[in-house]
Amino acid sequence: MIELDAIDRKILRALAEDATLGAGALGRRFDMSQPAMWRRVKRLQDAGAFRARRLVLDAEKLGFGVTGFLGVKLATKGRVSLEDFERAVSAIPEVQTIEHVLGMYDYRLRVVARDIPDFERVLRRRIMTLPGAGDVEANVLLSEERRPGPLG
Amino acid sequence: MLDDVDRRILRQMQAAPELPNAELAVRCDLTSATCYRRIEKMQASGVLKGQQAVIDWQALGYAVEVSLRITLDKTQTRAFDDFIEAAREVRHVIEIQTFLGRVDVRLSVISRDMGHYQQIYREQILGLPHIADIEALMHVARIKQSEGLPL
Repeated sequence: MIELDAIDRKILRALAEDATLGAGALGRRFDMSQPAMWRRVKRLQDAGAFRARRLVLDAEKLGFGVTGFLGVKLATKGRVSLEDFERAVSAIPEVQTIEHVLGMYDYRLRVVARDIPDFERVLRRRIMTLPGAGDVEANVLLSEERRPGPLG
Repeated sequence: MLDDVDRRILRQMQAAPELPNAELAVRCDLTSATCYRRIEKMQASGVLKGQQAVIDWQALGYAVEVSLRITLDKTQTRAFDDFIEAAREVRHVIEIQTFLGRVDVRLSVISRDMGHYQQIYREQILGLPHIADIEALMHVARIKQSEGLPL
């Protein structure tokens, strides 16, 4: 585990907003030489503090007006069915994230769709027909914000 | 509006956002100049908003992530506003989402271990205004997290 100081936290916060910032731009922002900043970013990267970049697109402008979160409970449990379920759900293009969770659901899925009828189509044709899928709860996303968390 | 070439560029960028423009152009079967011009156009129209580094909270020592699904007391007209405003002040909240459905708000909370989580939950979460009900889901693993769009 990597220990962070105040500048490391600022750097991570800046990169979480704009991953294209180089050592030069970050150095100017936080009043540090480019080589010193490069070493800092390298250290954070080597420690795995941040992973691959995420491209930020305007989903609505691209025709995806609805984002939903689904809680899925498996009807039959057992190691084989977990793997089958995960493989099948991973192959659905509308499914953006899959989290295995403990609690009242087994999986939490983030799904995009063009509109509500399309969301229903994905839900009925793709999700409810998955191997082992039992109860499904759907909630439509209205707003979301990412917070800096402990980096703030 | 976007055409097939734009979509091709976005697909390749989604798969590998860190690719330099020249390499991206090759993969899209375009000249660098065309590729660059189209990206600029998509940035100007707001379709392409940028790139973000994905923080790995586990690598930073936050081993426990819990999803708190919260139902609010909607007889209070300011329930959503008050709740969200207060939730922003909780340092270990990394995501706030609002929903239409059975759940009103979801918070993603990270913590170092279960003891730390317990402390955050008792001291900061339970005190948030207008909560009617809370359900917790503990994260075990992320199977897929691309957040890419099916273009």
